[in-house]
Amino acid sequence: MARTHITTVINGDEVDFLAEDSTSLLNALRDEVGLTGAKEGCGTGDCGACSILLDERVTCSCLVFAPEANGANILTVEGLADAGELHPLQQCFLEGAALQCGICTPGFLIAAKALLDKNPDPTETEIRYALAGNLCRCTGYDKIVRAVQEAAMQMREQ
Amino acid sequence: MKYAAPSSVEEATSLLSSSPSAQVFAGATDIVPQIHGGRQAPEVLVDLKKIDELVSLTSDDKKWTVGAATPTVELTENQAFSQEFPGISEAAGLIGSDQIQSRSSLGGNLCNGSPAADSVPAMMVNGTRALIAGPKGNRLVDVSEVVTGPGQTCLDSDEFVVEFEIDRAPSLTGDAYLRMIPRTEMDIAVVGAGARVTLAEDGTIAAAALALGAVAPTVVRVTAAEEALIGTTADEDTLAVVAAAASAVCNPIDDKRGTIAYREQVAGVLAKRAVLIAMERAQQRNGDV
Repeated sequence: MARTHITTVINGDEVDFLAEDSTSLLNALRDEVGLTGAKEGCGTGDCGACSILLDERVTCSCLVFAPEANGANILTVEGLADAGELHPLQQCFLEGAALQCGICTPGFLIAAKALLDKNPDPTETEIRYALAGNLCRCTGYDKIVRAVQEAAMQMREQ
Repeated sequence: MKYAAPSSVEEATSLLSSSPSAQVFAGATDIVPQIHGGRQAPEVLVDLKKIDELVSLTSDDKKWTVGAATPTVELTENQAFSQEFPGISEAAGLIGSDQIQSRSSLGGNLCNGSPAADSVPAMMVNGTRALIAGPKGNRLVDVSEVVTGPGQTCLDSDEFVVEFEIDRAPSLTGDAYLRMIPRTEMDIAVVGAGARVTLAEDGTIAAAALALGAVAPTVVRVTAAEEALIGTTADEDTLAVVAAAASAVCNPIDDKRGTIAYREQVAGVLAKRAVLIAMERAQQRNGDV
């Protein structure tokens, strides 16, 4: 099977990789690029565990064909921390125990970042709607929502 | 499967004509699960998002033009569009999650052919037309005529929707879309109701449109309700007629989301509420569009 050469910017770095046309961007990121932060939960766009920012829009990478990403700017959970220092969202998820098994966490972090990029001071309702595309079977969501509120507050104070 | 990203309508058309097993897609939010589920196995995946006019949102003094592959988030984020067509904007904002709305499009929502497609009743009550390109040239088709049954459209295999045309809303006009689902977000409509109302200077209804989704094999117009509304102020008696007419046009399925009786009753309730919201918006939109 012929593989297509795909040129992207991922987490600020130029990254070229090869992938079969029918491969999902999620599988290409995991298997070709070696970024295994984004997870496959459902493979149908329902659970959000594969969320990435694709040209600054939060997207399920399982629903993107790898060649579609040619020329795109991608942010995965691996790009959130800055020079070894955790992003406030990551720190607040840790401190607030907003994760248990951790499979959904990269997707929640990316979706929460997308929300705070657009709306630095969201209400609890806005947070819950913005995270409706992310499923968590462990936490019951309250700790996640509180972690996002705490991170938003810290980021506004910075 | 091979991926192709034509950069013009002509290139896409000739690609589709020369490869019988090619399938166009926009946001891929429906086609990926369909491929995984074995319901589709195209040889060529034709990505329409690299064609400029497919991803655009513009207006002049006569109409809005919405590229068929434009992500729905661009409609909900566009203030001028959302003020003029709040019903289409709120329907677009109900299609899946934020993740889905970064990719989902009006063209995909229509051509996937789901009876429950949220944007379709909202487009229909606004008289939206679809510009369809094919090897024999372009044709302009009313959105209400595109879907012919669940998963079925009037498009030939080498045709695709380029863009939608929506006439500018006259003053004293408002629209609305309401959806009932078992949870608050991320589900498929049990019933969807789109309404549009234009008022006369005296405050009575001069023109009305009502369309229901998820209650029949295709989205249906409720003409009996539309006729009953004309010349009224949508008073209680008229709304009772609207609700009864809405329930009467239903020909729904019985499934885990709702029984036939439940869908029929909810159709009446949502129809009334959608008309009332459209009325209220029409009253607020006096003068400049």
